Amino acid sequence: MTPRWIVPIVAALALGISVSAQAATVEISMENLEISPAEASAKVGDTVRLVNKDDFAHTATARNGDFDMMIPPKKTVSMVLKKAGKVEYYCRFHPNMKAVLNIVP
Amino acid sequence: MFVRLSAAIAAVSLISGAAFAAGPTDPQIAHIAYTAGTIDIAAAKQALSKTSNKEVKAFAQDMVRDHEAVNKKALDLVKKLKVTPEDNDTSKTLQKNASAKLEELSKLKGAEFDKAYIANEVAYHKAVDNALETTLIPSASNAELKSLLETGLKIFQGHEQHAEQVASELK
Ligand SMILES: [Cu+2]
Repeated sequence: MTPRWIVPIVAALALGISVSAQAATVEISMENLEISPAEASAKVGDTVRLVNKDDFAHTATARNGDFDMMIPPKKTVSMVLKKAGKVEYYCRFHPNMKAVLNIVP
Repeated sequence: MFVRLSAAIAAVSLISGAAFAAGPTDPQIAHIAYTAGTIDIAAAKQALSKTSNKEVKAFAQDMVRDHEAVNKKALDLVKKLKVTPEDNDTSKTLQKNASAKLEELSKLKGAEFDKAYIANEVAYHKAVDNALETTLIPSASNAELKSLLETGLKIFQGHEQHAEQVASELK
Protein backbone atom coordinates (compact mmCIF):
# COMPACT_ATOMS: atom_id res chain seq x y z
CA MET A 1 0.00 0.00 0.00
CA THR A 2 1.81 3.10 -1.23
CA PRO A 3 0.74 6.51 0.10
CA ARG A 4 -0.24 8.81 -2.69
CA TRP A 5 2.33 11.54 -1.92
CA ILE A 6 5.25 9.27 -2.63
CA VAL A 7 4.54 9.24 -6.34
CA PRO A 8 5.43 12.90 -7.03
CA ILE A 9 8.62 12.58 -4.97
CA VAL A 10 9.72 9.55 -6.95
CA ALA A 11 8.93 11.40 -10.15
CA ALA A 12 10.91 14.44 -9.01
CA LEU A 13 13.87 12.24 -8.08
CA ALA A 14 13.74 10.54 -11.44
CA LEU A 15 13.65 13.93 -13.10
CA GLY A 16 16.57 15.15 -11.03
CA ILE A 17 18.59 12.11 -11.98
CA SER A 18 17.79 12.48 -15.63
CA VAL A 19 18.76 16.17 -15.56
CA SER A 20 22.18 15.40 -14.10
CA ALA A 21 22.62 12.47 -16.49
CA GLN A 22 22.13 14.86 -19.40
CA ALA A 23 25.40 16.65 -18.78
CA ALA A 24 27.85 13.88 -19.50
CA THR A 25 31.62 13.81 -19.48
CA VAL A 26 33.38 12.81 -22.65
CA GLU A 27 36.99 11.73 -22.39
CA ILE A 28 39.43 12.33 -25.22
CA SER A 29 42.97 11.07 -24.93
CA MET A 30 46.18 12.27 -26.52
CA GLU A 31 48.74 9.51 -26.58
CA ASN A 32 51.74 8.99 -28.81
CA LEU A 33 50.68 12.01 -30.84
CA GLU A 34 47.26 10.54 -31.62
CA ILE A 35 43.92 11.90 -30.55
CA SER A 36 41.35 9.25 -29.72
CA PRO A 37 38.62 8.86 -30.49
CA ALA A 38 39.35 10.58 -33.80
CA GLU A 39 35.67 11.46 -33.96
CA ALA A 40 33.72 12.04 -30.74
CA SER A 41 30.12 13.06 -30.10
CA ALA A 42 28.83 15.21 -27.27
CA LYS A 43 26.01 17.57 -26.36
CA VAL A 44 26.02 21.23 -25.51
CA GLY A 45 26.58 21.41 -21.74
CA ASP A 46 28.73 18.28 -21.67
CA THR A 47 32.23 18.40 -20.27
CA VAL A 48 35.13 17.26 -22.43
CA ARG A 49 38.16 15.98 -20.58
CA LEU A 50 41.33 16.18 -22.64
CA VAL A 51 43.81 13.70 -21.18
CA ASN A 52 47.40 14.17 -22.37
CA LYS A 53 49.31 10.94 -21.72
CA ASP A 54 52.43 12.13 -23.56
CA ASP A 55 55.64 13.72 -22.30
CA PHE A 56 54.95 16.55 -24.74
CA ALA A 57 52.58 19.48 -24.50
CA HIS A 58 49.68 19.49 -26.96
CA THR A 59 46.86 21.83 -27.80
CA ALA A 60 43.27 21.24 -28.82
CA THR A 61 42.64 24.10 -31.21
CA ALA A 62 39.34 24.46 -33.05
CA ARG A 63 39.67 25.46 -36.69
CA ASN A 64 36.61 27.69 -36.33
CA GLY A 65 38.14 29.45 -33.32
CA ASP A 66 35.64 28.10 -30.77
CA PHE A 67 38.34 26.83 -28.41
CA ASP A 68 42.11 26.71 -27.99
CA MET A 69 43.26 24.69 -24.99
CA MET A 70 46.85 23.91 -24.01
CA ILE A 71 47.35 20.57 -22.28
CA PRO A 72 50.74 20.24 -20.55
CA PRO A 73 52.52 16.86 -20.49
CA LYS A 74 50.73 14.21 -18.38
CA LYS A 75 47.93 16.65 -17.51
CA THR A 76 44.18 16.76 -18.01
CA VAL A 77 42.24 19.85 -19.01
CA SER A 78 38.44 20.11 -19.05
CA MET A 79 36.08 22.35 -20.95
CA VAL A 80 32.29 22.69 -21.04
CA LEU A 81 30.80 22.74 -24.52
CA LYS A 82 28.78 25.87 -25.18
CA LYS A 83 27.93 25.74 -28.88
CA ALA A 84 26.61 23.06 -31.22
CA GLY A 85 28.35 22.16 -34.43
CA LYS A 86 30.83 19.84 -36.07
CA VAL A 87 34.16 21.18 -34.90
CA GLU A 88 37.44 20.11 -36.46
CA TYR A 89 40.35 20.61 -34.12
CA TYR A 90 44.09 19.99 -34.15
CA CYS A 91 47.28 20.49 -32.16
CA ARG A 92 49.07 23.76 -32.97
CA PHE A 93 52.42 22.25 -31.97
CA HIS A 94 51.91 19.08 -34.04
CA PRO A 95 49.36 19.84 -36.76
CA ASN A 96 49.45 16.16 -37.78
CA MET A 97 47.27 15.54 -34.67
CA LYS A 98 43.70 16.06 -35.87
CA ALA A 99 40.22 15.05 -34.72
CA VAL A 100 36.55 15.98 -34.93
CA LEU A 101 34.03 16.80 -32.23
CA ASN A 102 30.34 16.51 -33.10
CA ILE A 103 28.43 18.74 -30.71
CA VAL A 104 24.66 18.35 -30.85
CA PRO A 105 22.25 20.87 -29.23
CA MET B 1 65.87 27.72 -52.69
CA PHE B 2 67.92 25.37 -54.85
CA VAL B 3 70.80 25.50 -52.40
CA ARG B 4 68.52 24.75 -49.44
CA LEU B 5 66.84 21.90 -51.26
CA SER B 6 70.09 20.34 -52.35
CA ALA B 7 71.40 20.64 -48.80
CA ALA B 8 68.34 18.77 -47.56
CA ILE B 9 68.75 16.10 -50.19
CA ALA B 10 72.43 15.77 -49.32
CA ALA B 11 71.47 15.27 -45.66
CA VAL B 12 68.94 12.60 -46.61
CA SER B 13 71.25 10.65 -48.87
CA LEU B 14 73.97 11.07 -46.29
CA ILE B 15 72.01 9.36 -43.53
CA SER B 16 70.36 6.73 -45.67
CA GLY B 17 73.25 6.26 -48.03
CA ALA B 18 76.37 4.18 -48.16
CA ALA B 19 77.68 5.38 -44.79
CA PHE B 20 76.51 2.10 -43.24
CA ALA B 21 77.15 -1.00 -45.30
CA ALA B 22 75.03 -3.13 -42.98
CA GLY B 23 72.86 -0.37 -41.51
CA PRO B 24 73.72 1.56 -38.35
CA THR B 25 73.87 -0.26 -35.01
CA ASP B 26 71.64 0.69 -32.07
CA PRO B 27 74.41 2.68 -30.29
CA GLN B 28 75.00 4.60 -33.54
CA ILE B 29 71.28 5.15 -34.12
CA ALA B 30 70.90 6.49 -30.59
CA HIS B 31 73.79 8.89 -31.20
CA ILE B 32 72.37 10.10 -34.54
CA ALA B 33 68.88 10.64 -33.11
CA TYR B 34 70.23 12.51 -30.09
CA THR B 35 72.49 14.64 -32.29
CA ALA B 36 69.57 15.46 -34.61
CA GLY B 37 67.70 16.77 -31.56
CA THR B 38 70.55 18.86 -30.15
CA ILE B 39 71.09 20.43 -33.59
CA ASP B 40 67.49 21.61 -33.71
CA ILE B 41 67.70 22.92 -30.13
CA ALA B 42 70.82 24.94 -31.02
CA ALA B 43 69.09 26.34 -34.11
CA ALA B 44 66.05 27.30 -32.02
CA LYS B 45 68.20 29.00 -29.38
CA GLN B 46 69.90 31.04 -32.08
CA ALA B 47 66.46 32.01 -33.42
CA LEU B 48 65.28 33.01 -29.94
CA SER B 49 68.27 35.33 -29.60
CA LYS B 50 67.72 36.91 -33.02
CA THR B 51 64.05 37.04 -33.93
CA SER B 52 61.43 39.56 -32.94
CA ASN B 53 58.66 37.80 -34.85
CA LYS B 54 56.02 36.37 -32.49
CA GLU B 55 55.24 33.29 -34.61
CA VAL B 56 58.89 32.46 -35.14
CA LYS B 57 59.61 32.88 -31.44
CA ALA B 58 56.71 30.60 -30.50
CA PHE B 59 57.87 28.00 -33.02
CA ALA B 60 61.45 28.08 -31.71
CA GLN B 61 60.19 27.68 -28.13
CA ASP B 62 58.17 24.64 -29.23
CA MET B 63 61.31 23.14 -30.81
CA VAL B 64 63.38 23.59 -27.64
CA ARG B 65 60.65 22.14 -25.43
CA ASP B 66 59.83 19.12 -27.62
CA HIS B 67 63.38 18.18 -28.59
CA GLU B 68 64.56 18.47 -25.00
CA ALA B 69 61.70 16.16 -23.98
CA VAL B 70 62.53 13.63 -26.72
CA ASN B 71 66.24 13.72 -25.89
CA LYS B 72 65.51 13.22 -22.21
CA LYS B 73 63.48 10.13 -23.12
CA ALA B 74 66.38 8.96 -25.29
CA LEU B 75 68.90 9.43 -22.47
CA ASP B 76 66.65 7.59 -20.01
CA LEU B 77 66.31 4.75 -22.49
CA VAL B 78 70.01 4.33 -23.27
CA LYS B 79 70.71 4.35 -19.52
CA LYS B 80 68.06 1.69 -18.98
CA LEU B 81 69.35 -0.44 -21.86
CA LYS B 82 72.96 0.16 -20.80
CA VAL B 83 73.78 1.30 -24.32
CA THR B 84 76.53 3.86 -24.86
CA PRO B 85 75.70 6.09 -27.84
CA GLU B 86 78.48 5.76 -30.36
CA ASP B 87 79.74 8.68 -32.41
CA ASN B 88 79.89 7.96 -36.13
CA ASP B 89 80.41 9.61 -39.49
CA THR B 90 76.73 10.46 -39.94
CA SER B 91 76.57 12.25 -36.57
CA LYS B 92 79.80 14.06 -37.40
CA THR B 93 78.56 15.23 -40.79
CA LEU B 94 75.20 16.31 -39.36
CA GLN B 95 77.03 18.33 -36.73
CA LYS B 96 79.39 19.85 -39.29
CA ASN B 97 76.54 20.88 -41.61
CA ALA B 98 74.61 22.30 -38.68
CA SER B 99 77.55 24.43 -37.55
CA ALA B 100 77.90 25.80 -41.07
CA LYS B 101 74.17 26.60 -41.09
CA LEU B 102 74.36 28.40 -37.73
CA GLU B 103 77.27 30.44 -39.04
CA GLU B 104 75.38 31.29 -42.24
CA LEU B 105 72.21 32.29 -40.37
CA SER B 106 74.17 34.36 -37.84
CA LYS B 107 74.88 36.86 -40.63
CA LEU B 108 71.20 37.45 -41.38
CA LYS B 109 68.84 39.85 -39.65
CA GLY B 110 65.13 40.54 -39.21
CA ALA B 111 62.69 39.12 -41.74
CA GLU B 112 65.54 37.70 -43.76
CA PHE B 113 66.74 35.67 -40.81
CA ASP B 114 63.19 34.54 -39.96
CA LYS B 115 62.57 33.25 -43.48
CA ALA B 116 65.92 31.48 -43.71
CA TYR B 117 65.53 29.88 -40.27
CA ILE B 118 62.01 28.58 -40.95
CA ALA B 119 62.93 27.40 -44.47
CA ASN B 120 65.84 25.47 -42.99
CA GLU B 121 63.55 24.01 -40.30
CA VAL B 122 61.22 22.68 -43.03
CA ALA B 123 64.13 21.18 -44.97
CA TYR B 124 65.88 19.82 -41.87
CA HIS B 125 62.77 18.14 -40.44
CA LYS B 126 62.00 16.67 -43.86
CA ALA B 127 65.52 15.22 -44.08
CA VAL B 128 65.37 13.77 -40.57
CA ASP B 129 61.88 12.32 -41.18
CA ASN B 130 63.19 10.63 -44.28
CA ALA B 131 66.23 9.25 -42.46
CA LEU B 132 64.06 7.95 -39.63
CA GLU B 133 61.64 6.27 -42.02
CA THR B 134 64.09 4.74 -44.45
CA THR B 135 67.12 3.96 -42.30
CA LEU B 136 67.02 4.54 -38.56
CA ILE B 137 63.68 2.90 -37.69
CA PRO B 138 64.14 -0.15 -39.98
CA SER B 139 67.71 -0.64 -38.69
CA ALA B 140 66.89 -0.38 -34.97
CA SER B 141 66.94 -3.82 -33.38
CA ASN B 142 65.80 -2.99 -29.84
CA ALA B 143 62.00 -2.71 -29.67
CA GLU B 144 61.99 0.18 -27.18
CA LEU B 145 64.48 2.15 -29.24
CA LYS B 146 62.38 1.51 -32.35
CA SER B 147 59.24 2.69 -30.57
CA LEU B 148 60.97 5.86 -29.32
CA LEU B 149 62.15 6.59 -32.87
CA GLU B 150 58.60 6.10 -34.12
CA THR B 151 57.34 8.65 -31.58
CA GLY B 152 60.20 10.92 -32.63
CA LEU B 153 59.13 10.58 -36.25
CA LYS B 154 55.58 11.72 -35.43
CA ILE B 155 56.95 14.69 -33.47
CA PHE B 156 59.29 15.63 -36.32
CA GLN B 157 56.48 15.29 -38.88
CA GLY B 158 54.35 17.56 -36.70
CA HIS B 159 57.18 20.11 -36.56
CA GLU B 160 57.61 19.92 -40.32
CA GLN B 161 53.93 20.78 -40.85
CA HIS B 162 54.12 23.50 -38.20
CA ALA B 163 57.21 24.98 -39.90
CA GLU B 164 55.49 24.89 -43.30
CA GLN B 165 52.56 26.77 -41.81
CA VAL B 166 54.82 29.43 -40.27
CA ALA B 167 56.72 29.69 -43.58
CA SER B 168 53.48 30.40 -45.45
CA GLU B 169 52.62 33.14 -42.95
CA LEU B 170 55.99 34.82 -43.40
CA LYS B 171 55.39 35.37 -47.11
CU1 LIG C 1 50.73 18.03 -30.12
